[in-house]
Amino acid sequence: MKMSKVLEVKGLTTQFESKNGPLTVVDQVDFIVEKGEVLGIVGESGCGKSVTSLSILQLLDKHGTISSGEVFYQNINLVEKNEKEMKKIRGKEISMIFQDPMTSLNPVLTIGKQIGEVIEQHEKLKGQEVKQKVVKLLQLVGIPRADEIYHEYPHRLSGGMKQRVMIAIAIACNPTLLIADEPTTALDVTIQAQILDLLRSLKDEMDMSMLLITHDLGVVAEMCDRVVVMYAGQVVETTDTRTLLRHPKHPYTIGLIQSTPHQSKGEKRLKSILGQVPTPDQFSHGCRFVERCPKAMEICQSTAPPLYDVDSHTSCRCWLYENKGDVI
Amino acid sequence: MKQFILNRILSGILVIFGVSIFSFLLIHFIPGDPVRIMLGINATPEQVERLTHHLGLDKPLLVQYGQYIANLFQGDFGTSLKTGRPVLTEILDRFPETVKLAVFGLLIAVVIGISLGILAARFKDTIIDKLCTVFATLGVSIPSFWLAILLVMVFSVKLAWFPIANGTNFRDLILPACTLGVVASTMIMRLTRNGMVEVLSNDYIRTARAKGLEDRLILFRHALRNVLIPVVTVIGLQLAGLLGGAVIIEQVFNWPGLGTLALGAIMSRDFPLIQGTVLFMGVVYVTINILVDILYSVIDPRVEMGVKEAS
Ligand SMILES: Nc1ncnc2c1ncn2[C@@H]1O[C@H](COP(=O)(O)OP(=O)(O)O)[C@@H](O)[C@H]1O
Ligand code: SF4
Ligand SMILES: [Mg+2]
Repeated sequence: MKMSKVLEVKGLTTQFESKNGPLTVVDQVDFIVEKGEVLGIVGESGCGKSVTSLSILQLLDKHGTISSGEVFYQNINLVEKNEKEMKKIRGKEISMIFQDPMTSLNPVLTIGKQIGEVIEQHEKLKGQEVKQKVVKLLQLVGIPRADEIYHEYPHRLSGGMKQRVMIAIAIACNPTLLIADEPTTALDVTIQAQILDLLRSLKDEMDMSMLLITHDLGVVAEMCDRVVVMYAGQVVETTDTRTLLRHPKHPYTIGLIQSTPHQSKGEKRLKSILGQVPTPDQFSHGCRFVERCPKAMEICQSTAPPLYDVDSHTSCRCWLYENKGDVI
Repeated sequence: MKQFILNRILSGILVIFGVSIFSFLLIHFIPGDPVRIMLGINATPEQVERLTHHLGLDKPLLVQYGQYIANLFQGDFGTSLKTGRPVLTEILDRFPETVKLAVFGLLIAVVIGISLGILAARFKDTIIDKLCTVFATLGVSIPSFWLAILLVMVFSVKLAWFPIANGTNFRDLILPACTLGVVASTMIMRLTRNGMVEVLSNDYIRTARAKGLEDRLILFRHALRNVLIPVVTVIGLQLAGLLGGAVIIEQVFNWPGLGTLALGAIMSRDFPLIQGTVLFMGVVYVTINILVDILYSVIDPRVEMGVKEAS
C-alpha cells in the first residue's frame, strides 16, 4: 500500500534579523508527514523545532522569514501563499497547539468564545449551532461539566484542562494535520500521560496526521511512528521510531538516548551530553555537533557532513557514515 | 462580585471620613487667626469675635467636629461668607457645568487617545508611530493654559469660529473641552500604544493567529480588551481629576464650573466654601474610583478572584 503525503517540507530555511545581519535558525530542513502517521521532531531546546513548526503555518513574528524552501500541503506549496490564503489553512486544514497552556488562552474571553470563534471563522454555523458544537467538543476532549465550563474564563481551569481546551480549539474544524509543539512539557507527569492518550485517540478517531514536537524521547517512544532528530537548526537523523531507539546512528541521537531515563533498566546513572546547543551565531563551519561529539574526527572540524542515506528509511548527517550510505 | 463591590464601598466611606477630617481641619491649618485672615486687617475686635463665635471656632475641637459632621448629614455644608448662600447650593449650581466640560473633554481624549494608540502600535516603528510619539511629547510638555490661549487666539480671535469666554452654550464648550481632551489624550495614547505592543507579543495572540482569525478580530477582540484594562484605570483617574474642576482651563475660558468656584473662594478667603468644595471633590473622586474598580472587574474576570484570594 502506498501512503500519501500530507505534508512535505523541502529545504526549509528560516532566518531571523539580528544586529549582525540575518541568522539562519532553521537550515535546509526536509521531512515528510504521511497520512495517518505521527511524525516526531526531537532535539534539545534551541535546536529550531518551534521555528520549524511556526514556519509551516507562517506564524513567525515579523523578524523571522522563510528565506528558501517549500512546504507542500497536499501538493500545494504554502510558502507561495499570501496571508489571506494562509488564514483559510490555519485552524481549518492545519491546526497547532503550543507548549504553555497557561499563556496560550486569552484571559479575558470565555472558554466557549475561544473555541466557538474558530468554528465561526471556518464553518457556516451560527449562534446555537456553534454552542452545541463547542459543548460536544468539550466533552470529546474529556472536560467534565462542559455546559458550565463553556461560560468559564481560563483562570478557573488547571493546566491540564487548559491544554484540553487548546486541543478542542485545534480539532474544532476537523483538521487534516495537527502540529503539537511540546504539548505536555509544561504539565505534571500524570497529566502528561493523559494528554498524550487523548491526542492519540483523537488522531485515530478523527483521521488526522500529527507532527509532534518534543525534547523527550519517552514521548517519542510512546507516540511516534517516525522521527526526525534536529540539532542546531538541521536534520541530523531521520528514521522509524524502533530503529531510532534500538540502533541510533548519529552520535547526537546516541547521546540523547543515553541521557533519557529508561524505565526497565532502573536507576542507572544517566550520561548527559556535555556542553550546550550552539546558538545560530556560533555554528561551526564543520559539523555543528563537533564540540560535543565523543567520536569527532579531524574532518569534522573543517567540513560539514552531508546527510547520508544509511538505508532505505534511515538517513544520518555524520562523517562516520560516509562509506555506508549515499549522499542525498 | 457582591462582596468585592461592598468592600470597595466600605473602604470608600473610610476615605471620605478621612477627607472630612481634613476639610474640617483645613481652617485650623492656617497659620495665625483664620478669622482675621478672612476679615482682613481692618477688622475690629468685635467683628472678629462675632465671626469666631458664628463659625463655632471658640468651642473645643472635638465638639466643633461633631457639629460639623452632624451638619453635613443634614446637607448643611455651611454658608458662603461672600454670597450668604448655602455652600451646597453654590456647589450644586456649578457642578453640572463641570460635569459637562469633563465628560465632553474626556470623550475627546478617549477617542483621540485610543485610536492614535492603536494606530501607533499597528504601525510600530514607522513614521506614523513616530508622529504619534511627537504628539504625545508635545501634549505632556506644553502647559495646558498655553494650549488654551493658543486655541483662543487661533479659533476665537483670528478665525472667529467660536465665541470668546461668555456663556455656557455648546459652542462655548468646544474649545475648553478640546484643550482638556488633547492634554488628557496623550497619556491614554501612550498607554494604549505600549499596552498594544506588549499584548500583541503574547502567546494567546499567536493562538488567535493559529486559528486563522481575521486581523480585525485579533486586534479588537483579543488584543484591545486586554490593553483596556490599565487604560480604563487612567481614564477613570482623569475623569475624577476633571470633575474636581479643571481650575486653570475653567479660568482661562471663564467657564462657571467648580474650578472657578474654588479659585474664587480662595481669592476671597471664603473658608466655608473652600471646605465645602474640598469635601465635595473628595466624595466625587472616591465615587469615581469605586465605579472604575467595578468596571475593571467586569472587563478583567481575574480581578474578582484576585480579591477573593487576597481576602
Ligand atoms: N523570535 C525570534 N527571534 C530571534 N531568534 C529566535 C526567535 N525565535 C527563536 N529564535 C532562535 O532560534 C533558535 C531555535 O529556537 P526554537 O525553534 O524555539 O528552538 P526549540 O523549539 O527547538 O527549543 C534559538 O537559537 C532561538 O534563539
Ligand atoms: S560528523 Fe564528526 S563531529 Fe559530527 S557527529 Fe559525526 S563524528 Fe561527530
Ligand atoms: Mg520550542
